[in-house]
Amino acid sequence: MTRLDNRQIDQLRPINIKLGVVKSADGSCYLEWGRNIVIATVHGPKPMFPKHLADSTKAVIDYRYRMAPFSVSDRKNPVPGKRDKEISLVSGFALEKAIDLEQFPNTVIDINSIILSADAGTRAAALTAASLACADAGLPMKGLVSAVASGRANGEFVLDLTKDEEDTFDAVDTAIGVLMPQNEIVLMQMDGFVNQKDWKKIISVGVKGAEKVYELQKKAILEKYPLEGDLQ
Amino acid sequence: MSSILNIVNADNVLKLIKEGKRLDGRNLDEFRNLEIKTGVIPSAAGSAWVKLGNTEIIAGIKFAVGSPYPDSPDEGSMSLNLELTGISSPDFFTGPPQIDAIEYGRVADRALRSSEFIDFKKLSIVSGEKVFVIFIDCIAINADGNLIDATEFAALAALLNTKIPILDENNNIGKELSSDSLPIDLNKIPLSITFEKIDNKILIDPTEEEEFTSNTRFSLGLIKDTIVSCQKSKGGSFSEDEINIMIDLAIKKYDSIIKIIKSLI
Repeated sequence: MTRLDNRQIDQLRPINIKLGVVKSADGSCYLEWGRNIVIATVHGPKPMFPKHLADSTKAVIDYRYRMAPFSVSDRKNPVPGKRDKEISLVSGFALEKAIDLEQFPNTVIDINSIILSADAGTRAAALTAASLACADAGLPMKGLVSAVASGRANGEFVLDLTKDEEDTFDAVDTAIGVLMPQNEIVLMQMDGFVNQKDWKKIISVGVKGAEKVYELQKKAILEKYPLEGDLQ
Repeated sequence: MSSILNIVNADNVLKLIKEGKRLDGRNLDEFRNLEIKTGVIPSAAGSAWVKLGNTEIIAGIKFAVGSPYPDSPDEGSMSLNLELTGISSPDFFTGPPQIDAIEYGRVADRALRSSEFIDFKKLSIVSGEKVFVIFIDCIAINADGNLIDATEFAALAALLNTKIPILDENNNIGKELSSDSLPIDLNKIPLSITFEKIDNKILIDPTEEEEFTSNTRFSLGLIKDTIVSCQKSKGGSFSEDEINIMIDLAIKKYDSIIKIIKSLI
């Protein structure tokens, strides 16, 4: 069974990743995922202002997910809405376990992801790019967050849904973020209408899909930071 | 509950959880006592006052006439808003909605919305032009944990108690309510059920002290054994097995809670 865009049901859209694309940032990542385009940057750790927001035991992550007004067919209001704020919150949470935050008490790490072009799965693309930008910034990483959407469309369990698939009559769309290689679920958001058996299947498709994203993330890191000598 | 008590109690919560016990004596998979009163606000089209243990939420329903969304020209719509203001906790402040209120409100809203238990097609007034918009405003009166589920229960109870207003000759909302209830499918009522993980143990319906101690949350929206929404929150993580354990637990809890909510009708 192939899909509207001729992919296999467990196949990701083409993903292109480049690290270190924003000179002024401590770390950055450009990511194309199908027709999604995301740039993520990291600034910090830096002192937290106002000071009462600081945590004396660890760094605080300030993650902002944003969609450019021109990223969708009807212009998006640039003022962040409830959806943007909620995605920012849970994605920031998802990154907490990937970084050794205890090394930087009283600081903030600013992580910004901007969606330049959107075609379903933007929160997963943004989170995937953000975790790479953190690695590019040289932050002490415990792992990478690999995120992807999985779900159901036209009666099939599919990985990485497109907008057309999200709009099918029986669509279920789950965003899953997995801390790799530990294989721990750090992000999960879903709405739809699905029985227990099918949903277990959807979760397992998503977790396996995250492993594929992780392989691409590792490749992108090695492209910018190649191994030397015998390790090559 | 001021935050110093949370800090003092965090040790106790943790110590007890290791033995599978909780500060208030509940089992890990036990909800607090749920009390619901409906019709508590005369000025609202529907209302409910929910007490889940010491957490109290009031929900009130108001209608407006609005334009339909372009992709659903003959369907009404709804909007859920949660206010966490200084009235309910020393940790909340009056002002623009804080991020917690936005998240809790959206998680409760998603459970209600994706269940499709309200037939919005029956809330169209003039196809393509005018529809009923249902505003569900929820206000926390006392915050003692699990505001997501308490908000969802309050919104549900208020919607079940709602009468649709009579329209005037210009299709505007009149002063009187009709005797018509909302077009609700009683077999599709969604419940939100929230878990926290402390010391690798999963517990249901957390109190504020337990939320303070925990670093991992999971909320499910479900109709019997059909899952309609979910959200993982806070900085910790779950394994695939733990997610499946929580789904099983939530399905087991559905019947006892839905009985309380249906008893209001």
